[in-house]
Amino acid sequence: MMLTAISSLLVGAIHSGTSLLYATLGEVIEERAGMINLGLEGVMLMGAVCGFVTTVKTGNPALGLLGAALAGALFNLFFGFLVINRRANQLACGLAMMFFGVGLSAVIGAPFIGSKIKGLNEIDIPLFAEIPLLGPVFFRQDLLTYAVIPLSLIVWWLLFHTRFGLNLRSVGENPTAAFAAGKNPYFLQYQALCLAGVLGGIAGAHLSIALAKTWQEWMTAGRGFIAVALVIFSKWHPLWAIAGALIFGGAIALQIQLQALGVPISSFLLDMLPYLLSLGILAIWGGKRRAAAPGSLGRVFQGTE
Amino acid sequence: MSKAIELKNSSFKKNLGPSLSRFFFLFSIAFVFFALILWIFGKNPFRAYVDIFLNTLGSTYGISETLVKMIPLILTALATAIPSRIWLINVGGEGQFHMGAIVATGVALNLNFLPGWILLPVLIISGFLGGGLWGMCSGFLRAKGWVSETISTLLLNYVAILLVSFLVFGPWKDPESANYPQTAEFGEAAILPSLGQSRVHLGIFLASAALCGFYFVMSRTRWGLEMRAMAANMEAARRNGIPLEKYFLILMLIGGGLAGIAGMCEVSAIQGRLRPNISPGYGYMGFLISWMAMGNPWGIVAAAFLLAIVTAGGDILQMTQGVTGSVVNILLALILFVVLARQGIIRGRK
Repeated sequence: MMLTAISSLLVGAIHSGTSLLYATLGEVIEERAGMINLGLEGVMLMGAVCGFVTTVKTGNPALGLLGAALAGALFNLFFGFLVINRRANQLACGLAMMFFGVGLSAVIGAPFIGSKIKGLNEIDIPLFAEIPLLGPVFFRQDLLTYAVIPLSLIVWWLLFHTRFGLNLRSVGENPTAAFAAGKNPYFLQYQALCLAGVLGGIAGAHLSIALAKTWQEWMTAGRGFIAVALVIFSKWHPLWAIAGALIFGGAIALQIQLQALGVPISSFLLDMLPYLLSLGILAIWGGKRRAAAPGSLGRVFQGTE
Repeated sequence: MSKAIELKNSSFKKNLGPSLSRFFFLFSIAFVFFALILWIFGKNPFRAYVDIFLNTLGSTYGISETLVKMIPLILTALATAIPSRIWLINVGGEGQFHMGAIVATGVALNLNFLPGWILLPVLIISGFLGGGLWGMCSGFLRAKGWVSETISTLLLNYVAILLVSFLVFGPWKDPESANYPQTAEFGEAAILPSLGQSRVHLGIFLASAALCGFYFVMSRTRWGLEMRAMAANMEAARRNGIPLEKYFLILMLIGGGLAGIAGMCEVSAIQGRLRPNISPGYGYMGFLISWMAMGNPWGIVAAAFLLAIVTAGGDILQMTQGVTGSVVNILLALILFVVLARQGIIRGRK
């Protein structure tokens, strides 16, 4: 009994954690390039709805994923136009992008509420999936879940072991210095936004194509904001983000589990858990982590004219 | 431009920004784009606009309803505008709004034996404290240097909204209202009086007073000067002996408190009880209004007026055009895009 509860808790943690991790990785890349994007919620919603609609229309979840990634990237490029070319305030623009995403996704998705899709199916890894208890947890998941850990490694390698990553981080720390060193801060920031949009779109699509297999208005329910907090929690580091996403996914899953076990706690109080947990963890570790933040996060490179 | 000169020039009054006609031009861009989006999704944009403006500005009732929506918007805008004078970014208007509503409801349900002339001031104060202390939590975390107030206010929004759901589904649920998750109705004494026959309530005076107070404090008092000094250069302000931490706490208390009063007005004057979904995102809209107005009091009124029409537009479009109410979020975002994009260029040219 206890063991099955734990194993289903783990399954839940991985389910909820996966989409959080995709979103967090994207936000890490953006923030490393000096841009804080509160519009992540909107990106995820656009990814969720575009992925779902494409899947309904074509019947192919792979094309759905592609659509989600494209939608996310386009959405983020628009954010880039506002904050990079028009030099608008990033926080206000991010919130505006969130509203934009909520509205646009609702309109696009309205005719598709209640549509059924086959979605991304779970794939068993032969032999391993038969391991009692742990097998289903780790080896009976959908493709996106398998891909996410290698992807974190790739993002880590990209940010810290390639020239591109070095340039990106230099823009996040000090765009003027990067400019003086012959880099183009605008171009690098656009590249970061593009990557982040792809990841954010996939994060949303994971919710709509792989987990829920339906579309409903505002189905991300604040996960975008949790991902923004997760970035701080993970010290702007893609590998710490894995641990963070698991813990937060676990908090979401714990809530569902306790509900299923009939523990007499209001579900609304349990729903607070992820938010309070993130706040608590930030408060305990936050002071030390501020030093890890990219130097010119949230500032706009004003150019050299 | 050196900091000293900037400090003098950024005096409160001169922050008017582009002229009114320019703003109208900008808004028309947003409206054209929204029409385009409606058209793409097979709706008639002209009908939509006629519906929105006829129902909000075409009748006395419509205008009074727009005013009703402006009250919480002005208060939540101040909740962001006041802390933003020293670059504290309060995204938590939504949560503070709900906490104000919760505490006011608690008081209204438990002290219902008091006469109205005592109960109403108590309600206002409790709404202020509910939202204010909630905001002060974030101010405290910031003053200690633990968590940035942007993140903490954002996360606390969700906690406050869930707390409302918990209360109205659980301990405060009215046994008489069958399956509706809501508290018992407030007593007569706890209802904020309305003006005449309309739903415009006394909160409009609270909002106006808050606006005037904001303007007065910022432009005419030592506190305003100290805050301008902090905004210009935190470190210099600290070395001149301005108590930064105290300002963090107090400004978040006042800002959160005003959002809390907005929440209290909503439950006391409009709903008459606490229920979920009391806010269509007033807190977030307040944040955006404050940014659109760049902290200018008249700008806040103008932007609140515009967004009140847009908010009402959601319900109207849902009824007349059969589109989901969320569609106005697009219009809201478009308006903000044009304003924010323009502000950025102005700042950039400095």
